[in-house]
Amino acid sequence: MHHSDDLAEKIFTRRAIVIGGLQIAGLGILGARLAWLQVAQGKRYAMLSDKNRINIKMLPPLRGEIVDRFGVPLAVNTQDYRVLIVPEQVEDLEISLNAVQKLIYVSEDDIVRVMKEASKASKFIPLRIRGDLTWGEVAKIEVHLPDLPGLSIERGEERSYPYREATAHIIGYVRSVSQKDLEHGGAPVLKHPGFKIGKTGIEKVYDIDLRGETGAAEVEVNVHGREVRELKRRDALIGDRITLTLDGELQRFTQEILGRHKSASAVIMDAHTGAIYAMASYPSFNPNTFVNGISQAEWQELLENDALPQTNKTIAGQYPPGSTFKMITALAGLKAGVINKYTTEFCPGHFKLGRDKFHCWKKHGHGKVNLEMALQQSCDTYFYKMAAEVGIDAIADMARQFGMGEELGLDLLEEKPGLIPDKKWKRKRFNTKWQPGESVVASIGQGYILTTPLQLAVMTSRLVNGGKAVNPWLTGYIGDKFMADQQAAPPMNIPKQHLDLVISGMNMVVNSTKGTARASRIEEEGKEMGGKTGTAQVRRITKEQRRLGVKNKDLPWKQRHHALFVGYAPIDKPRYVCSVVVEHGVGGSSAAAPLAKELLQKTQERDPAQIQMQPKIIESKEILQQFMPAKAMKGLPKKTDNQEGTQ
Amino acid sequence: MSIPMFIEDDMHLRTRMAKLNWWLILLVICVAGVGGASLYSAAGGSMNPWASRHFMRFVVGCTGMVIIALIDIKWWYRLAWPIYGVGLALLMFVEIKGHVGMGAQRWINLGFMQLQPSELMKIAVVLALARHYHGASPEQAKRLSFLIIPAALIMMPVALVLLQPDLGTSLMMIMAGASVVFMAGAPVWLFIGAMIATAVSIPIAWQFLHEYQKKRVMTFLDPESDPLGAGYHITQSKIAIGSGGVEGKGFLQGTQSHLNFLPEKQTDFIFTLWVEEWGLFGGIGLLTLFLLIFITALRTAMKCKHQFGKYLALGISVNFSLYVFINISMVMGLIPVVGAPLPLVSYGGTSMLAALIGFGLMMSCGIYRHSKVTR
Repeated sequence: MHHSDDLAEKIFTRRAIVIGGLQIAGLGILGARLAWLQVAQGKRYAMLSDKNRINIKMLPPLRGEIVDRFGVPLAVNTQDYRVLIVPEQVEDLEISLNAVQKLIYVSEDDIVRVMKEASKASKFIPLRIRGDLTWGEVAKIEVHLPDLPGLSIERGEERSYPYREATAHIIGYVRSVSQKDLEHGGAPVLKHPGFKIGKTGIEKVYDIDLRGETGAAEVEVNVHGREVRELKRRDALIGDRITLTLDGELQRFTQEILGRHKSASAVIMDAHTGAIYAMASYPSFNPNTFVNGISQAEWQELLENDALPQTNKTIAGQYPPGSTFKMITALAGLKAGVINKYTTEFCPGHFKLGRDKFHCWKKHGHGKVNLEMALQQSCDTYFYKMAAEVGIDAIADMARQFGMGEELGLDLLEEKPGLIPDKKWKRKRFNTKWQPGESVVASIGQGYILTTPLQLAVMTSRLVNGGKAVNPWLTGYIGDKFMADQQAAPPMNIPKQHLDLVISGMNMVVNSTKGTARASRIEEEGKEMGGKTGTAQVRRITKEQRRLGVKNKDLPWKQRHHALFVGYAPIDKPRYVCSVVVEHGVGGSSAAAPLAKELLQKTQERDPAQIQMQPKIIESKEILQQFMPAKAMKGLPKKTDNQEGTQ
Repeated sequence: MSIPMFIEDDMHLRTRMAKLNWWLILLVICVAGVGGASLYSAAGGSMNPWASRHFMRFVVGCTGMVIIALIDIKWWYRLAWPIYGVGLALLMFVEIKGHVGMGAQRWINLGFMQLQPSELMKIAVVLALARHYHGASPEQAKRLSFLIIPAALIMMPVALVLLQPDLGTSLMMIMAGASVVFMAGAPVWLFIGAMIATAVSIPIAWQFLHEYQKKRVMTFLDPESDPLGAGYHITQSKIAIGSGGVEGKGFLQGTQSHLNFLPEKQTDFIFTLWVEEWGLFGGIGLLTLFLLIFITALRTAMKCKHQFGKYLALGISVNFSLYVFINISMVMGLIPVVGAPLPLVSYGGTSMLAALIGFGLMMSCGIYRHSKVTR
């Protein structure tokens, strides 16, 4: 037995050592494996670990503001309340959305959009159901929040245009990035949900400057991509502020009075610097409705309006200038030596060239007139005869010198060149010879000639500023950078006596007894205006109509004459220039001149040229009120949280 | 056959306390401490929900361990068969309960914890085998006919566990049982033959595996092939371990574990969390603790003067080391993913209880190593 015990002991000891050895070897393998993973492969796994957990989150920048010359905001970021829903927190998204619909207005389009977004994005990403909530709507949602899981109210920044219709054509608007915008690549921030870019106007032209610099945050995420904490952050930088030469209040006023007609446009600018103070086109549209997607009905309405609300007619409307062109013809005649201050003509009411008969607007004629009187009373015959002698090429040269027939290079995209015809153009365009009768028609701004209201204002500026080729500009500052052409406008080398003669005629148009715009004269001393009326035919007056004496204002709207006026003030030291075009407004003196009077009165009253433009924004409400109408103030960002609000 | 008896007078409690292996208790406390720290971190720096319960269970379990250790080994010798019987009955109970409609449950709810009978059964198998081999002469042990009872003792619970089905536990049970048979002196060729037979039978066994088990094995062979699917666990665990580096990311700083890239971080993947935060130093430290436990167990077994104690102590040590190897190998991508906890470290009552009961029995073998045994 003892022997057997010893043997058993021996066997056990041997085998126990084998087992113990295996255990130690096992631990050795584990240790070696651990060292392999943590030392040899440590760097690789550390990298994979960071890749696992770190996400780069984009921080979209706040868009730069657009302000007028005084710093009054024209495009701002206002705080806006939106209602959001987190799909993972609701049982059935559609049911929840319908519940929201019962509380506040949510369009079917929005419901469809949210459902679509929910199917694409991760379930924990909040989706915007609707923005721009009123206080009443916010309150309604807040009250029902306990019954509506997954719903929340968020305060965000939304682009807003306090001057609404008045600045719509110039400022333009921002909208969500479309698929087309992404076709050419573009910055990654474009793909950020809710990011908006400029689609028209200044918003589009200076989109990159306004956009600012996208920030980024490194965030730690868990396995589901949910953010846990922020590791690093580079804040976004707000975009540049753009300071325009505009006077916001003058702009609003201009827009308002243009509304007396169905379709009209006007430009007010500085004759010496070329700065544009107002540039309005009526009808217009509310850019704020575009920011969050315009409804189909509103869009359809804009499209169907034959007065083209979306077109900026001051630069994209091309009209025959009518009699406002007569200053150009006069200068061409003076330059060619065909006429001088004392040259007189007898106007019998028509002018005969070969077998063709050209009618003066005054059926029975003006009698004997010189240049100043011809301008004063807008006698067509005087210019017919002169043009027949001078020829179209001399007139066209003069017109081009005054900025017509080509784009003036304003920083808006839809600018049209207008048309100044000459012999070469006719050959090229129609492959026929220029007819002398066509020069006669051109002398009074009819025929092929087309100009934009901006070109008319520039023409007038160059006339009254002593013959300097001033150019219009709209953008004063981008950020702190002054944008205007620093060089003084070059002189056009037109003899002063020629200009003085024409200006004297324009003075008489308004301020003398027989002047066509006498009814619209400004009586206040030192603020008198000068100008020229124009009534442009849009179609040929038939012999039948002439015989029957059909009154133009009784024709269908589309067939009526355009009414034009170019003016300047004050007459002794011209500073402000304005051009007005009333589409199918029948008569320059009756429709356009009264508007011009009010505009130049208002402009001189505000006298925007007296205040140095500065790249700043007015923050104080008290100061703002001096510049801004109460209506526009409403659209401004709420600096204080006024909780009681209105429903 | 007479009933073997331990011939020794009852020792005083104080004597028994003095003979208690305090060194082993210290090692066990250290390992449980690692577990508690990791569970505290797993909860994002909070005692709840895991660490507090872990420590509570450990205190209770540790007390139980000491009580078990202080009980005379002869009682354990006598109770070996009844304990085995109760274990088998519990296994059958969960099996039947599962069939009766409660789903595939492997545990019995005791209210304060969920008891997995299969964990306790591993100890019971070792206990029964040690009981069987106690007093057997080398000649007997070598006899093939003497293997019938051990084979039955092992295969009965294994069959029940396989039905659950739990391949990992059944394999561990076979290996722990086989180790006792081996140390008792069974012919070596038997084990070599078994290994060859296993290798041959793998393709056959493959067909009996469940789909998820097959997938686990396949994924193990090529985890990168399916990084977001079944291979995800292994890949993420390796990233967490590897990114810990030599020094670790620091306590509570384990990004992968905290950001839930790591599955089951409080149970099966607790080792990953530990080494992500404490690095190679922490990992080697924990492995060293295990090494010291194995050596202590080996010394206890060698010093023990009776066969029952020798087999019991070493068998329990083998059982414990199997857990350690399988769990740690799994999280480091050395073997396929099998649901095996790291005893004393992972959150889980049964595995801790089984480990502490085992160490209690082991220490009892130490205290009563001089007991004379007759058969």
